[in-house]
Amino acid sequence: MSTRKAFAVATCVIVLGGCAGAATRETSNLGRAATPAEIAGWDISIAPDGRGLPQGAGTAAQGALVYAQKCQACHGEKGVGGPNDRLAGGQGTLASKTPVRTVGSYWPYATTVFDYVRRAMPFLQPLSMTDSEVYAVTAYLLNLNGIIGEQDVMNAETLPKVRMPNRDNFILVQPWKPRGQ
Amino acid sequence: MRVRRRRFNDVPDPAGNGLLDRRVFLKGGAGALTAGAFMAFASSDAKAAPGEAPAGMKVPGAPLSLYGSPATFEREVTRTLIRSQPGTTGAGASRTPLEALEGIITPSGLHFERHHNGVPTIDPAQHQLLVHGMVARPLIFTVAALSRYPMESRIHFLECSGNSAVMFGTTPPAQTCGQTHGLVSCSEWTGVPLRLLLAEAGVDPRADWILAEGADAAAMSRSVPMAKAMDDALLALYQNGERLRPENGYPVRLFLPGYEGNMSVKWLRRIKVTDTPTMTKDETSKYTDLQADGKSLMFTYPMEVKSVITRPAPGLKMTGPGLYELSGIAWSGRGKIRRVEVSADGGQTWAETALSAPVLAYALTRFRIAWKWNGAPTVLKSRATDDAGRVQPTRDEFIAQNGANAIYHYHAIQAWRVESNGEVKNVYA
Repeated sequence: MSTRKAFAVATCVIVLGGCAGAATRETSNLGRAATPAEIAGWDISIAPDGRGLPQGAGTAAQGALVYAQKCQACHGEKGVGGPNDRLAGGQGTLASKTPVRTVGSYWPYATTVFDYVRRAMPFLQPLSMTDSEVYAVTAYLLNLNGIIGEQDVMNAETLPKVRMPNRDNFILVQPWKPRGQ
Repeated sequence: MRVRRRRFNDVPDPAGNGLLDRRVFLKGGAGALTAGAFMAFASSDAKAAPGEAPAGMKVPGAPLSLYGSPATFEREVTRTLIRSQPGTTGAGASRTPLEALEGIITPSGLHFERHHNGVPTIDPAQHQLLVHGMVARPLIFTVAALSRYPMESRIHFLECSGNSAVMFGTTPPAQTCGQTHGLVSCSEWTGVPLRLLLAEAGVDPRADWILAEGADAAAMSRSVPMAKAMDDALLALYQNGERLRPENGYPVRLFLPGYEGNMSVKWLRRIKVTDTPTMTKDETSKYTDLQADGKSLMFTYPMEVKSVITRPAPGLKMTGPGLYELSGIAWSGRGKIRRVEVSADGGQTWAETALSAPVLAYALTRFRIAWKWNGAPTVLKSRATDDAGRVQPTRDEFIAQNGANAIYHYHAIQAWRVESNGEVKNVYA
């Protein structure tokens, strides 16, 4: 077989191989398999239905102590009057000329409070609180806003069931089409 | 900074109000009307005597260097209006000095910043990207691995959805053009289409979303519709030909053409394929558009059609009547710019400008038009139309529709008042 013929045969094989694999789309295949342990360590996001919430629990009463130590300097006593975002109050102001957006007046999902506090707070030491501390601070913020009681236990079961007051006031704009349509 | 005027000849004024035919700079017989009539230089005290060679011709120049910097005379051209949350240094924004720049590419060092807890230092040899969730094969990619995939290069703007938010206020801000409008920048981004990695992982057909998460101290995260992820989402590794700058997501960022900047997650560490949006803090409590009736629009992703005149503009000063070239930028998160019109009489009459090639989808487009200023106070405006036929609204129309509390996605027609002394001010007109 001449060199040129050999090249032609090889090309056909490659082309056929490409055709056979087209249904699954050829890729460079340079990703390595992630182990369940690796994924568990990386996956810190919480879905609005509570999927991803960890073990642990806390109440507003417990959260008050954590808040005073780790949150109050920036967010003020009882979530008001600090140099950074106000966290409590503001209900009934959203349609006014001076709306006050807080956890209580604006945030649509209680799971978001847990997710955000755990990943990003306290500002100078993110990812430093235990899951139970995060549950407790979340409970404290919800209680400050009159959404749950002081002794209500927040955990993976109860937190997703909390109904936030402003939940129904978001209009979902959908600038994309669901796939297959 | 001042604008120096060149001499001009009498030229016809077909558009009225001093706006001239867009080819006036190219027409024969108007030799004095050379393009580039606007220049802004810091003056230097050291001047050579008439006829004498400048000092730089008499001694050897500066040595070769490993990495170039802007001219020392341009040191005042910097990002502007750095503001961070109280008690923080890296939770805020800095803005592109639009009035000092030309063309459509923003120098990487002047690209606007919006960080939520500073710029992380990331060793690319240590950084990894996890793709998991509703996939057949959860995968981890190193930066070296990502760098071996087929890449695409595209010129795209990035605009923070809070750009020009100050224009919601009741009085026009006494700020430069870059300070009001400089949360938009434009770069050539090169990287790997996200769909390649999603295909390799094998996406569950029931999945309609992804979550993108950064490796910064805010672990900034946003949900993105699967349709966008599979369409033109890019894992950008390069910006304007070099590896990303740290403040733009080094070593890898998500880039979503046309979408509000916050979604193009920097320092990307994780993509989770999901069936629903995750409802992160930055897509619920922030980046939702509060309307006058107290309801909020959620998932308002594309940045709307918008334009602004960058010369003249607040931050520059005109130096007397004469012929100028008005220059500005226009962009749309829904496609290409089709047309930009300019008014030199406060919006009574409009003239179409020349669009400088290239005119690209989801990119800044440079527009220009000749303007003979008679020295009287007037108001300049620009009005862009995109290829979807969307036209910039007036500020009054925009606020009537969206209220004054929305914060995000402000894109109304911008008015600059030119005073008889050459000062240029932001006005509501």
